[in-house]
Amino acid sequence: MVRWAANGASRERAVKGAAEVGGERAESGTPMLEVRDLVVHHGQLRALDAVSFRVFPGEIYAIIGANGAGKSTLLRTIAGLHPPAAGSVLFDGTDVTRLRPERRARRGIVMVPEGRRLFGSLSVEENLRVGAAYARQGPWTIERVYETFGWMRERRNQSAAQLSGGEQQAVAIGRALLGNPRVLLLDELSLGLAPVVVQRIYGMLPQILAAGLTVLLVEQDVSQALRVASHIHCLLEGRTTLEGTPASMTADKVEAAYFGLAGATVPGPAQEGSEP
Amino acid sequence: MAWVNAIIQGVLTGGLYALFACGLSLMFGVMKVVNLAHGDLAVVAGYIAIGVITVTHVPVLWSFLIVVPVMAVLGYVLQRTVIQSALDRSVLTTLIVTFGLSVVIENGLLQFFTANSRAIGTGLPLVSDSFSIGSQIQIAYLLVVIFAVAVVVLLGLQYFLSVSRYGRLIRAVADDREAAQLAGADYRHVFGIAAALAFGTVALAGLAYGMYSQLSPTTGTDTILLFAFAAVVIGGLGSLWGTLLGGVVLGVAQQVGAQINISYEVLAGYLVFLAVLVLRPQGLTSRRAQS
Repeated sequence: MVRWAANGASRERAVKGAAEVGGERAESGTPMLEVRDLVVHHGQLRALDAVSFRVFPGEIYAIIGANGAGKSTLLRTIAGLHPPAAGSVLFDGTDVTRLRPERRARRGIVMVPEGRRLFGSLSVEENLRVGAAYARQGPWTIERVYETFGWMRERRNQSAAQLSGGEQQAVAIGRALLGNPRVLLLDELSLGLAPVVVQRIYGMLPQILAAGLTVLLVEQDVSQALRVASHIHCLLEGRTTLEGTPASMTADKVEAAYFGLAGATVPGPAQEGSEP
Repeated sequence: MAWVNAIIQGVLTGGLYALFACGLSLMFGVMKVVNLAHGDLAVVAGYIAIGVITVTHVPVLWSFLIVVPVMAVLGYVLQRTVIQSALDRSVLTTLIVTFGLSVVIENGLLQFFTANSRAIGTGLPLVSDSFSIGSQIQIAYLLVVIFAVAVVVLLGLQYFLSVSRYGRLIRAVADDREAAQLAGADYRHVFGIAAALAFGTVALAGLAYGMYSQLSPTTGTDTILLFAFAAVVIGGLGSLWGTLLGGVVLGVAQQVGAQINISYEVLAGYLVFLAVLVLRPQGLTSRRAQS
């Protein structure tokens, strides 16, 4: 549901956050990640229809949209888990559309999948070690993950299946960070977690970003997305309906784009929104 | 005393059956492949050993040092090519493909080596001799050695899976292939490693059986594969130590059956197998997927 309108405080924070970067994106240099006219089919269903966007280094780029809007499909396609029917994915200027997911991960596109997807028969530390197995050079070590998530060291020998949802999410994030990604894809972090836990996990994003990371996240919870993101991209039934900085958004515009309400500026915005 | 003897013989034969079974269990546990060519590959390993010994005249045990790595490499290659392409279609396709592989191997062996059965002749006293406990119990050294090898193999596999980098990746891939890919692991390669391990144990199984009894082109399916299946199912699918337990239970059932009437030997084993399937289909070790 769209909850952000009821949450004035967070809205203000979002505006302030965006204002600090001047309200405009610093669209200079090569985009860290670029998606061009991406089309993905699920059988007969066109899950994504000519979606395009660019994510610049250091941004927190949020994809929002209702259930079935194609958000997760988009992220999974960028990670390499779905082959697109058309279009391309560029990573730091190179076309990675044909690369297998493990190759993309080793180059620095790492995803925290929806539903955590920890290795249930492995311990916490073993999960982290798998994340580090093909890591790039970088700041993240198991030691640093333990420092970031204080409780984890003590419970490192526990089976990952015994952790609570929030703890599992933290391990999943730690596992992804250990690959030392350049782009971190976060798929529905808040799914199935208590609001307090979600707050805590999102609260850690700045700390994670300090390591010079670009984040592309998918979130159903719009207020959460507006709070953390530097750029918002709204999908509706596989098409782009709205794109811009949180500062440039009004409640009506987001609501219209999210639900595809009649009378809003929805007709044909896919083209309009995707133009750089 | 005859019954004690039967049980001791059964337990020791269980080691051989565990060797038959652990590769089958590993491949099922990691990639959900039921390798119907499992037994035939054991026979191939035995024939390679016989070939190597005949051609090069190296001592028997030296030939094993060649056969096991060769089979491991063959396992990696087969997994990366034939089995993986079947897996990409569906798990069911792997059944058909490995069955096809089994038929091809069997007929290939018949063509080139005739239907005559052969044994791996070692000429070693350790292999042919036995020792006695009391007057009625005679234990072949070979069976004790095979049992010990089976235990060492299982310990080795467990150690590899639990502490090594690839062991960890094998378990991760068995848990969640996609999540492992997202961590940068090429699951096809990891599957290949698991298949190499499995084929290495298959080779040992074939060599052990070739010394213990005789190999013929059909031994693979009519003995090794069936006993391996029975041991895996009795012990619990996907559990490594379950294969030893399953092998021991199968071995004891066979020997006790033979004690009642020599013609009941094989039947008794399958009756226990059937009973476990009906009463405890998850196997005797309830813990899931050691690997």
